[in-house]
Amino acid sequence: MSEYIEFDPTEDHGHHHKETFITKYIFSQDHKMIAKQYLITGVLFMGVIGILMSLLMRLQIAWPEEPNIIFEFFLGKWAPDGVMDADIYLALVTMHGTIMVFFVLTAGLSGTFSNLLIPLQLGARDMASGFLNMISFWLFFLSTVIMVASIFVEAGPAAAGWTIYPPLSAVELAQGGSGLGMTLWLVSMGIFIASSLIGSLNYIVTVINLRTKGMKLTRMPLTIWAFFVTAIIGVISFPVLLSAALLLIMDRSFGTSFFLSDIFIQGEVLHYQGGSPVLFEHLFWFLGHPEVYIVLLPALGIASEVISTNSRKPIFGYKAMILSILAIAFLSTIVWGHHMFISGMNPFLGSVFTFTTLLIAIPSAVKAFNYITTLWKGNIQFNPAMLFSIGFVSTFITGGLTGIILGDSALDINLHDTYFVVAHFHLVMGISALYGLFSGVYHWFPMLFNRMLNKNLGYVHFWVTAICAYGVFFPMHFIGMAGLPRRYYTNSNFPLFDDLADTNKIITGFAIVGGLIQIVFLYNFIYSMFYGKKSPQNPWKSNTLEWTASMKHIHGNWQGQIPEVYRWPYDYSKPGYDEDFVPQNIPMKKGEIEY
Amino acid sequence: MNTFLTILILLFIVIAIWQIVKIYDLTQVSTVVIDNSEIANDEDNRINGNLMLGFLVFIYVITIVCFIRYGDFPLMSNAASEHGSKIDNLMMVSMVLIFIVQTFTQFFLYYFAYKYKGQKGNKALFYSDNHKLEFLWTIIPAIVLTVLITYGLVTWSEIMNVDQDEDPMVIELYAQQFNWKARYSGEDNALGKSNVRLIDIDRANILGLDEFDPNAQDDVITTELHLPVGKPVLFKMRSQDVLHSAYMPHFRAQMNCVPGMITQFGFTPSVTTIDMRKTPKMVEKILNINNIRVEKSKDLQEKGEEALDPYEFDYLLLCNKICGKSHYNMQMKIIVETQEEFDNWINQQTKFENSLIAQK
Repeated sequence: MSEYIEFDPTEDHGHHHKETFITKYIFSQDHKMIAKQYLITGVLFMGVIGILMSLLMRLQIAWPEEPNIIFEFFLGKWAPDGVMDADIYLALVTMHGTIMVFFVLTAGLSGTFSNLLIPLQLGARDMASGFLNMISFWLFFLSTVIMVASIFVEAGPAAAGWTIYPPLSAVELAQGGSGLGMTLWLVSMGIFIASSLIGSLNYIVTVINLRTKGMKLTRMPLTIWAFFVTAIIGVISFPVLLSAALLLIMDRSFGTSFFLSDIFIQGEVLHYQGGSPVLFEHLFWFLGHPEVYIVLLPALGIASEVISTNSRKPIFGYKAMILSILAIAFLSTIVWGHHMFISGMNPFLGSVFTFTTLLIAIPSAVKAFNYITTLWKGNIQFNPAMLFSIGFVSTFITGGLTGIILGDSALDINLHDTYFVVAHFHLVMGISALYGLFSGVYHWFPMLFNRMLNKNLGYVHFWVTAICAYGVFFPMHFIGMAGLPRRYYTNSNFPLFDDLADTNKIITGFAIVGGLIQIVFLYNFIYSMFYGKKSPQNPWKSNTLEWTASMKHIHGNWQGQIPEVYRWPYDYSKPGYDEDFVPQNIPMKKGEIEY
Repeated sequence: MNTFLTILILLFIVIAIWQIVKIYDLTQVSTVVIDNSEIANDEDNRINGNLMLGFLVFIYVITIVCFIRYGDFPLMSNAASEHGSKIDNLMMVSMVLIFIVQTFTQFFLYYFAYKYKGQKGNKALFYSDNHKLEFLWTIIPAIVLTVLITYGLVTWSEIMNVDQDEDPMVIELYAQQFNWKARYSGEDNALGKSNVRLIDIDRANILGLDEFDPNAQDDVITTELHLPVGKPVLFKMRSQDVLHSAYMPHFRAQMNCVPGMITQFGFTPSVTTIDMRKTPKMVEKILNINNIRVEKSKDLQEKGEEALDPYEFDYLLLCNKICGKSHYNMQMKIIVETQEEFDNWINQQTKFENSLIAQK
């Protein structure tokens, strides 16, 4: 830290040490470059794989019997004559879930925006430890490589669902994917968790220690609050998944019986005795549920910032927003059991988890109402980022409301593991977090690449995506209520569900359009990265500090001294000022009240 | 060849998009007003603001269409168990509640977005806080949720607490990759001891029963689940290999089967299979499904394949926890019948003591 205080503003920082190609673009310790690395590896690369997998699944669900050249093309030997293998369907389910939840929406979202914004919005020259930050990214990259490699394993990748419940994931006799594929999955996740922990610790330390002068906790942008709390939940819960993964590795490879007991499979009794698969479920969901909020909170933060800026209005109820983030974070660590109402655990525990789960609706409702009130009497600028943030609030409400049904243990009996659940979590966590991610990319693209994204392509991207998102997931609730279980390779063995086949085809239609329209975004992103229009200094007329930093990326962020902060970040359309925004580094007038 | 064609088509699509964008860019340049900025202007605000209203209509339309098409919730209004209607009522109350909240909040969200679309020269209202308002919308959800939580918990404990005074019939549901077995406890209503280590395929002891346990002797193992109507049943679930979940949607019943432990779920079936087939809703559903199957059969026959069998309704037990390759086809037929029919059926089944193959 001291190094930066003695920073000499008159000297150009870039001259201090010559940067080679390798230290600048590959093993970079600069948070802005690391943010870009996360964005490109986590979101662009893994995102394309994850979405492609979901489209293959949707094609299979809609037309289960018919051979498909697309399957033959992408799946090769796993789709002989274009007919998808049942094992590979489960593998797609598993890898889609893993990649989207962990790689795209955890590392891609948090990694990109925490890295980019924490130092810039706090007025810091860089992260607390640039070196650890670099290590964090490269561990993530390594885990990405291993996870992608596992797809090409002879017996197929992990196929026990992203929740990898043992014994299915532990016993190789149970499933082809539980061999080398699962080993690689566990190794990859172990490295991923290490990366995530290092990253999170770095974020926490930076937020606590490196705020610029005047940046009180109650003057921090809500983005930073969200990233800060996300990092804390990550540090609390990810180690538990690591322990679960390690114990599972022990069970698989070293003959222990933590999670396994009394198994007879393919004509032989296995030696395991005394373990419990339910224990694994507890350990998994102790991470698994907070993980939902690790994914969602950054999106909430980004939406707060984008909605306020583009409404040209202060975010409504700033302190209530902070309190609700904290409340959601706290509650998220004591609700994991709602994934396990019918796992065979004591029904009394089910009651407790129903109670805590439904409580989350209160802070969530406060957030939704505050967003809506922020729009009221605003002067709304519909930049693409704003569209995605409004879309975010919409899917957050739609998806969140069905959580009230699923969190109710009595109702979960009948809806558990049906498509109702799939619809619920895709809306509230998948689509919402993706919207948050897109919103962030559109909003901070100028900061990342000093160029602007094409807004018209952005509009097309949003509206088609928005229609498809509802088109896919809204009807899905209803086929779930009709009792259709998820993770079925085909439903044709159940004439009972024949009347749902049409709906499944419609859903697949929306999914294909929604998936392909992301090509527009990819095109826009890559084209604008090199040929986009040059960005002005503060394109969205935003108050936060990052827009006072040099748009051209320099090591240390600000040419001269670090700006000092005098006010909260949401002074939009404040009476007494000509402009409709007052950046945080403008001193208060005499007698002016902060907020 | 197909692969090559696919790549070619994809390539053409990409080129087409690229060209469209290029043409679009050119048209932008030729207009008189050159707005180089990629920041939303009044025109963008107007168009997108109107689209916001359009999108609100879209959400309402898709909601209405879904409710009309699937609104009678084939599995929500005709529970075949005594506790089922409690779940259905709770579901109805919750659905109505979230429907109201959804309708209003989405309205305000998109309507405000439309109403307050930006214009040059307009200034937003500086309105950062209102404690009364925030208190209001903290306390109202809190009250509503208190009611809902209480209602839910009462229902949950009623369902999960098995009343031993009612003397429920004990049946074991036994899961393995990829089928189900049922084990009836016989006249003593007590299941014999069992462990997968006792499985002896050669002697047909497929569920690993303790041959020397007197309780096991009159146990009956079947591949179909028959239940007498109106009689409380207590299911004991067991799995021999991986996690499975015994899902009986018509009875609003589900419980995981966990290797190494016994889980349980109890309910009382209230409608026989034959009566259920006669309910107007089910008649309609069966007719509809059979029409679909006839259409499908026509296509199949054109291809020279066999036609599909007509569908007749039966209750089902499905596996609802990912369990491996054939997870999608792990089912067992459930037949609810009168006590008399049930007694006839169970008496025809072989008791465990008689089913064992003698050691050679």
